[in-house]
Amino acid sequence: MNDTVGIVIVSHSKDIAKGTADMVRQMVGSEVKVAFCGGDPDGGLGTNVSLIIDAINNAWSPKGVAILVDLGGAETNSEMAVEMLESDRRNMVVVCNAPIVEGAVMAATEAAGGSSLDEVRAVAEELSAS
Amino acid sequence: MSVEPATLKSLVKAAAEQVIASAPELTALDQAIGDGDHGTNMKRGFEAVLGKLDTIGAQPLDEALKTIGKTLVMTVGGASGPLYGTFFLAAGDALSQKRSLPEDIVEVFASAVGAVSNRGRSQAGEKTMLDVLYPVLETLKAEVDRPDVIERVRVTAREAVERTVPMQASKGRAAFLGARSVGHADPGARSSCVLLHAVCNALEARP
Repeated sequence: MNDTVGIVIVSHSKDIAKGTADMVRQMVGSEVKVAFCGGDPDGGLGTNVSLIIDAINNAWSPKGVAILVDLGGAETNSEMAVEMLESDRRNMVVVCNAPIVEGAVMAATEAAGGSSLDEVRAVAEELSAS
Repeated sequence: MSVEPATLKSLVKAAAEQVIASAPELTALDQAIGDGDHGTNMKRGFEAVLGKLDTIGAQPLDEALKTIGKTLVMTVGGASGPLYGTFFLAAGDALSQKRSLPEDIVEVFASAVGAVSNRGRSQAGEKTMLDVLYPVLETLKAEVDRPDVIERVRVTAREAVERTVPMQASKGRAAFLGARSVGHADPGARSSCVLLHAVCNALEARP
């Protein structure tokens, strides 16, 4: 199997993160590595930097990882998680400015075709273009 | 700089305990204009800091600040984790670069506030913690040599929280409320004030 960009889904709600990952897998099966996380360190609604770091490492691909987030805290915590990665991985992970469900499905579909990280991000972010 | 481990520990302990004690108030403020988790999140973060008090107390000040920052990043579970975490990490970084306290407090505080602004992609006037941090920075710049600078910081922080009441939020969950965010104090501004007051009080109480 050729390497494809990995996808990470970060929601405040673990249910939304899992549901989004289910929808992604329905589209791309196991062609793309998908990881997800949701919830604060006590399991309530929120996000958790250490779980995000784990998810990035689980979805890791030499072609990089695209992260899809829901609301503000998920974005800020994802950016923080990226900065805390090993230095050789840091530049290979992007947080996409895109709606979480549509963005994840479109990013994963693009990734399945072997596209680069920049291409995957661009397709997801087309959804946010005004 | 040299800070006695006992002083550092008592300072961090006082600040953490004050934040934990104000959790219900922070949550109430956040329920009015946000998702209502600010008190719980800050409490979780500063309880984790208390859990590392012995480690923190044994570290040089720059490393201690970084440990506090990293602990908050890893445990808070909301945007305030990276924001407060970044404040302490950046302050620690500034101290590592041959600056020392109290001499370079203005520079160190400015680095920390600038880093929070970058992390949140936010400026003053958006109804956030920066609306306390920037006024306090200005007070420090102008009045750092005054004998009553600690009281001036306390007053500035308290007044700055009040000035967030008529502001309309343009960052964070409160921004979703638009004009309805007007009329409430910002929870992040309040938690910054609580922290600053706790540090001021602990500094004054030093033998």
